[in-house]
Amino acid sequence: MVNTHVNLSGFELDNPVIPASGTFGYGYEFAELYDINILGTFSFKGTTRDPRFGNPTPRIAECASGMLNSVGLQNPGVDQVIAEELPRLKKCFRKKVIANISGFSRDEYVCCAEKLAAQEQVGLIEVNVSCPNVHNGGMSFGTCPSSAAEITRAVKAVANHKPVYLKLTPNVTNVAEIAKACEDAGADGISLINTMLGMRIDLRKRKPVLANTMGGFSGKAVFPVALRMVWQVYEAVRIPIIGMGGVSSTEDVLEMMFAGASAVQIGAANLQNPFICKEIIEELPAVMERLNIQNLTDIIGAAHS
Amino acid sequence: MAGCLKKGLFKIRKNRKIAKDIYLMILQGDTSAVTAPGQFVNIALNGFYLRRPISVCDLSGDMLTIIYKVVGHGTAYMSKLEKGRHLDLLTGLGNGYDTSCSGDKPLLIGGGVGVPPLYYLAKKLLEQKKHPSVILGFNSREDVFGEQEFKALGLETVITTADGSYGISGFVTDALKNFHNYSYFYSCGPEAMLKAVSDASESSGELSFEERMGCGFGACMGCSCKTKYGNKRICKDGPVLKKEEVIW
Ligand SMILES: Cc1cc2nc3c(=O)[nH]c(=O)nc-3n(C[C@H](O)[C@H](O)[C@H](O)COP(=O)(O)OP(=O)(O)OC[C@H]3O[C@@H](n4cnc5c(N)ncnc54)[C@H](O)[C@@H]3O)c2cc1C
Ligand SMILES: Cc1cc2nc3c(=O)[nH]c(=O)nc-3n(C[C@H](O)[C@H](O)[C@H](O)COP(=O)(O)O)c2cc1C
Ligand code: FES
Repeated sequence: MVNTHVNLSGFELDNPVIPASGTFGYGYEFAELYDINILGTFSFKGTTRDPRFGNPTPRIAECASGMLNSVGLQNPGVDQVIAEELPRLKKCFRKKVIANISGFSRDEYVCCAEKLAAQEQVGLIEVNVSCPNVHNGGMSFGTCPSSAAEITRAVKAVANHKPVYLKLTPNVTNVAEIAKACEDAGADGISLINTMLGMRIDLRKRKPVLANTMGGFSGKAVFPVALRMVWQVYEAVRIPIIGMGGVSSTEDVLEMMFAGASAVQIGAANLQNPFICKEIIEELPAVMERLNIQNLTDIIGAAHS
Repeated sequence: MAGCLKKGLFKIRKNRKIAKDIYLMILQGDTSAVTAPGQFVNIALNGFYLRRPISVCDLSGDMLTIIYKVVGHGTAYMSKLEKGRHLDLLTGLGNGYDTSCSGDKPLLIGGGVGVPPLYYLAKKLLEQKKHPSVILGFNSREDVFGEQEFKALGLETVITTADGSYGISGFVTDALKNFHNYSYFYSCGPEAMLKAVSDASESSGELSFEERMGCGFGACMGCSCKTKYGNKRICKDGPVLKKEEVIW
């Protein structure tokens, strides 16, 4: 019997498979399809202090082996998530969930983190720092080491001892430098990658496909870039990494772990095939056996010399 | 109304052209997830990252009919698929039309590739002993399809073409002027047509909308719209909205 257990800063997972934020809602669409308790856990939709409708539509564009989204963090706001989504989730998910939070100012992050950290159902806080900082000319917190560190410290201070993972954007020159700044500021772990900035043009309309012009590129096509970034961050920090970006198969999960991920998130692939996480979890033991992997924890970062 | 989606392989039984750029495909498989007319399926195509949403046009046993227009690479690829091939479908998506609201004499108003879902709807209404009438709008004579099929159900079927080459010259709203005393309406077609129908209609009714989709089953928030009853996802809370809730 192979061992698929992994550990994220004390948060024990039966397996490393985690649906990524924004592709799994607050869980119950999928709970209608299969027992979501088989998942390691999942990361819920990026939640902000105030309710957000998000960007105008079209918000979705197809690309070769991937997609763009400009959903713009549509969510009901942290209070409603606590009052309605979490109680509803509790009925179909007995594990602890990853609370993915976003903000446009330090105060917003702090507000969300404080409220969610107090929830018993939350096992880990994942801080999406890809959003523009309204107090800093709209530059994303995650593209500047000192801003990323500032958010890390602010969230850590209110996290109620729950692990805080900073979710990094790939739209930077040196991702390892940002990860290091977060580690130094007290982050318990790093999640990466968020989506890459991209766009498409509709030739018939002679206009961008997305109403928001640009959007986040993700899906199968980004896997090599994501894997490279996980590799680089693993070399730069000692805290655990949740790897993601283009993961679509059991083999991709293992590659991510060999590159340095302690657990792996799956995003866009859930939209193509709502059963993908279930299929990967079911297949994982057999693929591990075939590759002579006894304990999944043994392979974390094992491709580094 | 809406149940639980299913994912399954369907075998192509038929795939043929029925009008300019318009194809009819019959697919065989597990159709048990389809619970209402106006629902759609989401079709995975080899080499395309996103599935293609297409309305259920007819359903009988394990045979599901769709009618689609070639508008881009995905639908062009579909039009070349030979029978015997298999397609991976998500079925049972969307809320569908609510036939319980129809009253005795509902009016069905379709434009272009908005016509197909009205066929299965008409059959369901007939099963419930109701008396629907149909208005179908197209651009030109060569685009017309479905007229014989609706007439074969015994329904009064009026065709309009924008260029006047067939049927009544003008838009579906030009034909709508001649209809009174209908109990309710059901519509599907381009958004501009839906708005015109909504404005011109004398009764309450339901309209089916399109939006670009990431998932088609409510997970990604890719297809959201604002309604008078709050934010809705076209794929899960729609594609059918009530006339009274639509914000134009
Ligand atoms: C609920 C619903 C029901 C539909 N029913 C039918 C039907 O019965 N018959 C029919 O011919 N068409 C229908 N459509 C439209 C159909 O989905 C598009 O024409 C088709 O996806 C175009 O694919 P393509 O690859 O040929 O075009 P491309 O333009 O190459 O597609 C690129 C991307 O845009 C998306 N897209 C393009 N046009 C549309 C559109 N109008 N709506 C949604 N997504 C779009 C595609 O799915 C794809 O992801 C329906 C759409 C929706 C949302
Ligand atoms: C439709 C969609 C919505 C997303 N929403 C969020 C979000 O709210 N918060 C977040 O941190 N990441 C969000 N992401 C990013 C994913 O969680 C993930 O980091 C990224 O898509 C890369 O993984 P993938 O290639 O497997 O999709 C979203 C991605 C998609 C496709
Ligand atoms: S397309 Fe994903 S929520 Fe509607």
